[in-house]
Amino acid sequence: MDNIIAVKGLVKKFGDFTAVNDISFDVKKGEIFAFLGPNGAGKSTTIKMLTTLLHPSGGSIVMNGWNPVSHASDARKSFGIVFQDPSLDDELTAAENMEFHGVLYGVPAKLRRERTEQLLKFVELWDRKDNLVKEFSGGMKRRLEIARGLLHHPKIIFLDEPTLGLDPQTRNHMWAYLQELNKTEGITVFFTTHYMEEAARIAQRVAIIDHGKIVATGSAAELMKQTETQSLEDAFLKLTGNVIREEEANSADRMRQAGRMWRGHGRR
Amino acid sequence: MKTIYILWLRQIKRYLRSRSRIIGSLGQPLLFLLALGYGLGSVFQKAGEGNYFQFLVPGVMGMSIIFTAIFSGIELIWDRQFGFLKETMVAPVSRVNIMIGRTLGGATVATFQGIIVFLISVIAGFRPYNWALVPVALVFMLLVALLFTALGTAIASVLEDMQGFQLIMNFLVMPLFFLSGALFPLDGLPAVLLGIVKFDPLSYGIDSFRILLVHIANFGLGVDFTVLALVTVACLGVGTYLFSKIQI
Repeated sequence: MDNIIAVKGLVKKFGDFTAVNDISFDVKKGEIFAFLGPNGAGKSTTIKMLTTLLHPSGGSIVMNGWNPVSHASDARKSFGIVFQDPSLDDELTAAENMEFHGVLYGVPAKLRRERTEQLLKFVELWDRKDNLVKEFSGGMKRRLEIARGLLHHPKIIFLDEPTLGLDPQTRNHMWAYLQELNKTEGITVFFTTHYMEEAARIAQRVAIIDHGKIVATGSAAELMKQTETQSLEDAFLKLTGNVIREEEANSADRMRQAGRMWRGHGRR
Repeated sequence: MKTIYILWLRQIKRYLRSRSRIIGSLGQPLLFLLALGYGLGSVFQKAGEGNYFQFLVPGVMGMSIIFTAIFSGIELIWDRQFGFLKETMVAPVSRVNIMIGRTLGGATVATFQGIIVFLISVIAGFRPYNWALVPVALVFMLLVALLFTALGTAIASVLEDMQGFQLIMNFLVMPLFFLSGALFPLDGLPAVLLGIVKFDPLSYGIDSFRILLVHIANFGLGVDFTVLALVTVACLGVGTYLFSKIQI
């Protein structure tokens, strides 16, 4: 199988601090890939580099054949993304959020309408399409974001902790949608999570990053065998240690915190 | 083009949906019109300066525009906080177009607020000296709105959270408004104050409104237009640059 994402010797430095330290990994076309690691290990930084939000300090990324730095627009058309925190406009309706996305991604009007209907029906939000997003629950917002991320027929969908704060019902539904899309449209799924059983159940392959380095890649079974453990969780702990990681709140975190306070009801 | 249009449309939709914001942002200008317009009217008259209400309306229109415009620009911080900015930042469109769409949307909203203040003033007894010049005044209102929306966006691009907001209101927006000649005539001002007034771009906006609506001139329409246009271009340039540097 071809690689849809190829990362070689990727480095990201913030001043003296090396957040991502010379990592290499591949994601195969059409696979479901989990990117795991403790807090502050370099997960988010790597995803930001893959999705053109940060420029690498060194190394190379090839995403669907494009370099995210020199061909940002082409790279951006290749993927959809569901961020850790909601990125919908609360004052717009579900359909308007879809419309906005479709226009930004240059999807022709007719196709936009068809695809919006198909996807909103798929995530069971079609009858709520004219409701303002601020009336939606956390799970509904999440489903809408997945539908939106798929509107422009991306080859890859990135999901940053997509199931955080969702109840098991919603979580299972969500993965059912994604597995279905993975089968029918051949879309590559790249996700992060802290739920190891989820990663073991859903992902065909996982990579574990710690202290800016990739410490292991392979299927869950391979990692368990390699570490002589019985579960992916144990394998993860064996590979990354038991010490609790303290992350200093950066400005984005502080804002998220403030954002939750403003909203009065966060996702958590 | 479509990018600019959809971002513009989004601002307009958000504005029209937040009725409380429309009404809330009219409270302050109305208070100024009523309290100052009628309260100081007789003193103004006795000083031989004519009708204060007529004099004040263009100033309060300017006030409503600058407040709404800077606030629209600052709204960028909200979009950052609530995550929506990320959606536009990973889209395959240039940041320049995002900035232009946002600014046009914010400026349209601010101009609209100015029009509402104008209409309310007309109901309260304001009479433009020549109705044919009102559309020209509209062009100047849009220009002032563009200038301050771009300024607001530029500031919001470097602010990380809402904590700086109060600082901007107190040390930028309020001085810009009070030192613009919106509330008082410029003739006979102490030299230092006049110097500051001449440094404030809003002074030229309010001068243009006065020339076109009540036929009182200080700098002249040509000077007003030149200054406003130059400062608007500068703010748009700086705003676009700072916006393009935002990292999420």
